[in-house]
Amino acid sequence: MRSLLLILPGVGWLTTFMIVPCLIIFAYSIFKRGVYGGIVYTFTLDNFARAADSLYLGIFLTSGRIALTATVVALLVAYPAAYAISLAPREKQTRFLFLIMLPFWSNYLIRTYAWIVLLNREGLINNGLEGLGLISEPLPILYNEFAIIVGLVYNYLPFVILAIYSSLQRLNPEIREASEDLGAPAWKTFLRVTLPLTLPGVAAGAVFVFVLSIGNFITPDLLGGGRLLMVGNLIYDQFLTARDWPFGATLSMFLIMLMMGLLFAQAYAVNSTQRRSEGNG
Amino acid sequence: MASPNTAHRILRGHLWLVYGFLYIPILVLMVMSLNEGGMPTAWTGFSLKWYGVLAESPEILSATVNTLIVASISTVIATVLGTMLALGVERRRRSSGLDALLFAPMIIPDIVLAIALLSFFTLLEVTLGLHSIILAHVVFNIAFVCAVVRTRLRNFDQSIVEASQDLGAGDFTTFRRITLPIIFPGVLAGALLAFTLSLDEFIIAFFTAGAGSSSTTLPMRIYSMIRFGVTPEINAMATIVMFVSFTLVFASQRINKGTITGQ
Repeated sequence: MRSLLLILPGVGWLTTFMIVPCLIIFAYSIFKRGVYGGIVYTFTLDNFARAADSLYLGIFLTSGRIALTATVVALLVAYPAAYAISLAPREKQTRFLFLIMLPFWSNYLIRTYAWIVLLNREGLINNGLEGLGLISEPLPILYNEFAIIVGLVYNYLPFVILAIYSSLQRLNPEIREASEDLGAPAWKTFLRVTLPLTLPGVAAGAVFVFVLSIGNFITPDLLGGGRLLMVGNLIYDQFLTARDWPFGATLSMFLIMLMMGLLFAQAYAVNSTQRRSEGNG
Repeated sequence: MASPNTAHRILRGHLWLVYGFLYIPILVLMVMSLNEGGMPTAWTGFSLKWYGVLAESPEILSATVNTLIVASISTVIATVLGTMLALGVERRRRSSGLDALLFAPMIIPDIVLAIALLSFFTLLEVTLGLHSIILAHVVFNIAFVCAVVRTRLRNFDQSIVEASQDLGAGDFTTFRRITLPIIFPGVLAGALLAFTLSLDEFIIAFFTAGAGSSSTTLPMRIYSMIRFGVTPEINAMATIVMFVSFTLVFASQRINKGTITGQ
């Protein structure tokens, strides 16, 4: 009873300012856009039909591809880094991890802006390469998909390292030792024992990067050159430029559903890994 | 087959490369902000003049004041509600619905929450301004404060609370004399983290600020500066903002080990 009183204000706030607004978005998606940008409360499924139009489907697919590439790159860079931290002496691990997480909690706009400075035509990378005589003309490395992927990996990498490190740390060292005692070479122990048991961390990191990348607005806007490249830009555009709120709401609804689907899938993966490791242990 | 030592050395080397990847872009900004000429192409001498340019801009100063108002008020509300939530949730049977509700603000794409709140405020005909940004910022701040305090609560022995009650202390006395001192570092660290997040948040503020420049926050100002390209003033601005974030995050981890690294 007392615990109910404690949670009520917070739950009330989240319900009022997150759940209800999201439900309004769901409701808007089945209404029509007014002539001057308002909402006409007439039922329609046009917004959904329009979202399946090849133009918008293309933007969804591009967003998915960019988000997936960023996720894979982040996992490939993060795993060995997390592993390296888990091998360090215990007392140093927290410090190493803190240095990884420090940029993650700082200003996202500025972390993204830093890459405009590095990647632009007169930026440090192009200048450096020209100075070394390696290129005669600036490389087009800003305002394209490459730059977006670099920006996304840069911003979300710390969290992926943290997630993988946490599951590496939870790993019972005896299981690894048992595998080695039974004569398995190090790589086999890694592939057959360590990697499968740390999949919950990998999944948590992957879902995080993928969801935040596919719905990202700042990175494609600043590093993608302001063209309509990803769903985030498209939603922004529908709300502020095109003033078609019902269609923008429909697109957001897809993102919310995708997010919920991935979270459920992740929870399922974590549960099944737990069952497996209990079965083995 | 490489020996374990070689493998470890390669992993360690990889970790250093990751640190380079994370910090070099930020260091470049900081160094450039001190370059008199202001351009990355040539170092023309040390100067603080770009910081002076910032301090003279009335737009930047008023945006800074707005940001501090939003961050302070939203942090206070979120710290109270988030701490209560953490205390309540840890006493209850585990509920995955509640867990999902508390996790959602951390993972929902900003743009989605931003337009959802804009639709909500518009529908209720709420005038937009600093107050609507505050209402919105409390949403994600509650989640982070609650997560930090919950971690702290999980590592403390509930039997102390029972002992206090057995000895006849009332609920309030037990809270004030036992629970609060134990969780206080977590509460403070969570508040610092919430304050940092609110200081830096852009999209939700942008959508819930309404028209007019009176409720422009610092990240909104930075965003419009960045869109014009690379300038020495932004580099100076960026250096100050990063320095403030780093200090707050460092303090948060110092007060409550594990705020940032999650142990």
